[in-house]
Amino acid sequence: MTEWQPVILSIKVAFMSLILVSISGISLAYWLRNRDFAGKAVLEAVLIMPLVLPPVVTGFLLLLLIGKQGPVGQVLNNVFYTQIIFTPYAAMLAGAVVAFPLMYQSAKAAFQGVNSTLEDAARTLGANEWRVFWTVTIPLAWPGLVAGLVLSFSRALGEFGATIMVAGNIPGKTQTLPLAIYFAAEANDLTLAGFYVLIISGITFSAIYGLNTWARSHNRAWPDKGLF
Amino acid sequence: MLHVDIKKHLPGFTLDVQFFVENNIAVLFGPSGCGKTTTLRCIAGLIKPDAGEIINNGKTLFSSETQTFVPVNHRRVSYMFQEYALFPHLNVKKNIWYGVKRHDQTAENLYAQLLDLLHIEHLTGRFTDKLSGGEKQRVALARALMAEPEILLLDEPLSALDEDTRCQLQIELKRIQQLWKIPFVLVTHDRNEAKALGDKVIFLE
Repeated sequence: MTEWQPVILSIKVAFMSLILVSISGISLAYWLRNRDFAGKAVLEAVLIMPLVLPPVVTGFLLLLLIGKQGPVGQVLNNVFYTQIIFTPYAAMLAGAVVAFPLMYQSAKAAFQGVNSTLEDAARTLGANEWRVFWTVTIPLAWPGLVAGLVLSFSRALGEFGATIMVAGNIPGKTQTLPLAIYFAAEANDLTLAGFYVLIISGITFSAIYGLNTWARSHNRAWPDKGLF
Repeated sequence: MLHVDIKKHLPGFTLDVQFFVENNIAVLFGPSGCGKTTTLRCIAGLIKPDAGEIINNGKTLFSSETQTFVPVNHRRVSYMFQEYALFPHLNVKKNIWYGVKRHDQTAENLYAQLLDLLHIEHLTGRFTDKLSGGEKQRVALARALMAEPEILLLDEPLSALDEDTRCQLQIELKRIQQLWKIPFVLVTHDRNEAKALGDKVIFLE
């Protein structure tokens, strides 16, 4: 009997992480774009850390933060009478944290590629900053932003190391696809592991293939190019 | 009448420029790097001068004395950039309508008039990467005028065009200025163009 719970949980985790990183990554990259201050380089290095650290180290640091004795864990416990450690929310957090640098880097590069004269032109035509952002900056940065969205979605979907540290492997509750694959393979159930492998490969392949096809037909900013 | 009297520290020198423009064409003329474009950017409100004032028809756009700085999107100063800065993700029609506040009959009439004046009716559905230099220039001019500006700034508007197109557009620019009756401030490094277009030529060194 195939268990679908890891598939559903993984899709939920990937989409929730995607929402979190798209909002935080895009707004932070936009906000930092034209700002220069002491410590900016340090801040950017910290933001990129989850990309270069082993995921299990990121997971360990998250565990220290949101564990029952950790600063965030204590606030959650004392103020909201709840915990997120070893729940699906911890898996979403882990996915978001490791996917964040990919979104941030892609958004940063995408915004740097936007010709600022076009934004100035919009301003002289009476557009406020909000309208400039939505009608000029975002459409012109769109291909790079979409690339970042796909990368972070796939990264969050495949997250293993940090997830197992903070969400554990509770079958039926916090077991995501990569964890299910690992433990099925360890239990020598290669049929189940292979089935999950097919599903996760199918999802990531469709996401990238679909976006590339879409980008080729709809992309005016970077015509004739796919995203990947 | 537009009155400009500003100082701006730039790397290597201080830009110090004073002039006024009636409702006609003033040409800022001088070599590259003398601060012509900086002057336009100050008038548009894209950068802030260090001192002085910019007043149009009694309305103060900038004054270091009273700490006035009207933001760029409230100035009603249209700016035609050197490379035209047309939006590549919008077609010609959407480009031209970008600066319109109220989509009413007056705007429709102005749109029809501009398409006719600039001979660009046949281009409205195209994207801007499919336009020639002269066509881009006309579309940029239509877009700038659709926003119903009180001042029009033009940065090297004709420098990227071939000789024939340039002569033709010089005539059209003069005609449009006479129809619109607002100050045009135009930047060029070309002496002949300065003479041909300017009702008044201001030398910057």
